[in-house]
Amino acid sequence: MNYHILKKDELDGFIKKLAGKMKVCAPVAKGHNNFAFEEVTSAGGIALSYIPTILPPKKYFMPPREKLLDFDISEGKPKDTASLEAGETAIFGVHTCDLAGIQCLNMVFSERPRDYNYLLRKEKVFIIGLECGGYCDEHASCALVGNHYPNGGYDLFFTDLGDRFIIHVNTQKGEELVESFCLAKAASADMIALDKVREGKKAVFKNEIGVEPGKLPEIFAKGMEKKVWHDIGERCVSCGNCTNVCPTCYCFDMADTINLDMKTGFRTRTWDSCQFETFAAVAGGENFREERAHRQRHRLYRKFKYPLDKFYRAFCTGCGRCTRACMAKINLKDTLKALAAESK
Amino acid sequence: MTEEIKNSNWKLRKGQIIAAKQMTASEKWFDIKLEDGDLDHEPGQFVQVELYGIGEAPISVCSSPTKRGSFELTVRAAGRLTKYMHGLGKGDWVGIRGPFGKPFPVKLMTGNDLLFVAGGLGIAPLRSLINYVMYNRREFGKTDILLGCKTPADMLFGDEIAGWQKRLDVNFSCTIDRSAPDWKGNVGLITSLIPGVSIIPEKTFAVVVGPPIMYKFVIAELLKKGLPERQIILSLERHMKCGMGKCGHCQIDHPKNYYCCKDGPTFTYEEVKEAKKL
Repeated sequence: MNYHILKKDELDGFIKKLAGKMKVCAPVAKGHNNFAFEEVTSAGGIALSYIPTILPPKKYFMPPREKLLDFDISEGKPKDTASLEAGETAIFGVHTCDLAGIQCLNMVFSERPRDYNYLLRKEKVFIIGLECGGYCDEHASCALVGNHYPNGGYDLFFTDLGDRFIIHVNTQKGEELVESFCLAKAASADMIALDKVREGKKAVFKNEIGVEPGKLPEIFAKGMEKKVWHDIGERCVSCGNCTNVCPTCYCFDMADTINLDMKTGFRTRTWDSCQFETFAAVAGGENFREERAHRQRHRLYRKFKYPLDKFYRAFCTGCGRCTRACMAKINLKDTLKALAAESK
Repeated sequence: MTEEIKNSNWKLRKGQIIAAKQMTASEKWFDIKLEDGDLDHEPGQFVQVELYGIGEAPISVCSSPTKRGSFELTVRAAGRLTKYMHGLGKGDWVGIRGPFGKPFPVKLMTGNDLLFVAGGLGIAPLRSLINYVMYNRREFGKTDILLGCKTPADMLFGDEIAGWQKRLDVNFSCTIDRSAPDWKGNVGLITSLIPGVSIIPEKTFAVVVGPPIMYKFVIAELLKKGLPERQIILSLERHMKCGMGKCGHCQIDHPKNYYCCKDGPTFTYEEVKEAKKL
């Protein structure tokens, strides 16, 4: 186990040094209790205590709009090239829920046929996690899915020990960085302090919905026809906020743009949402998910049922963003509770 | 920093249209030759057709892989891309990704009797298999083809169908939904043809391709005949946008989390009977 120490008053120097090596992004306050991952050059602008950012860090792995191809049709036979524009980036201050979100996306895009746009981008991202001492707010459900403790998925991981951070080094890349910054090794007192923090969290984080997580797969397996879907379908306005802000939603659409010269253009992919009315429609006129209730049901099955079968893990990270972003106040915890109650 | 993605799965194969023909008021046929060789598909697979600057759409391959040198598509002008594609003709270039999808289970069907049921444009993907079977005719048992169209004017591959009608090793029947003045054949839904076909259920595979609405009724008729659920093969329709099981559009509401583009489009009825919609 490799742990190092960074004194809090040295954080600014750490960020500045890191920013000299690569682009550094971190949570920044945007007012009204909103936060966003943005580029920083010093620790001054970083919100160390923040609730989940409006958009999760997935935007660094799968940008909202991304070019897949450039093409040229000026001479009969078309030509195209696939290129990637991405620089080395460090994301600082990633909560454990968002680390889990990135791990989910890694699984999806590593599956064959592989998505090299995602995978090449991923290689350029250096991830620095940050431990949460308590709940972000009442909408979080990280304990339900076991994401209130770190489960890997980072290069370095910071835990606040009062006047200092203890840093877990998880990768060779992380090791090289820590060594080049000459950070002191953690002492046994630091390790004891870390254990105390972790122990203390046990009393803070409790299953938020009162339903055993192990029972959820069965509840969902028998839950297709429950009333709760219609109840939330009645309220849903199909805006797609819940999927845009979700750290594990990755559905996309593709489109061509032709330049003004009418000879060259490019093909992009854009985040899409299964909540949109035409998401499952075909050109022949059939819509395979016409009802809002069915689209909402589909969204939650893609968090709590399908990925468990395929990847052996839930694709809900417990971050609570879908609840916070919902214009109709559809609440994930309430929905799960209602589904469980109906299934009794 | 820009770098080339050499192994990008989004890169397109270049295909040139070497022949095209308007088949009906809404369907056009294209013969496409790829510059990098054969498509190398199997019956029942589809490709993504890219019209540069317009976009992409998934289209079933309607020719058999036994046809070398080029492959064929039958395109209904239904959406933005396909309407534009109807304006293309011989010499025009398109981008192709694929082939994608799980093909018809040809190996399992070998040695068995076959019952093909095609409704409307469903004949296009089914033709890739029918022509494959015709080419390897002695590998299969008794073969029946049932075709349903709205009107005689909507019938696709008329010349080829005339050939099937003449063949002694294939039984072909056709019906139209609405009668027409010069029509002398059956009138009625495709389901009306099924009771008249004699089959030995345990050694027959039925392959059904048609609009979503057709499946429920055709399957009910086939089950009535005693056909096992796993010997009823379907090809389902969804909007397969990426073809690689990622974009999410073609997922079927089914406990097994099927992506139509990767796990399908061909399924046995046994596999998909729990789906909310076929």
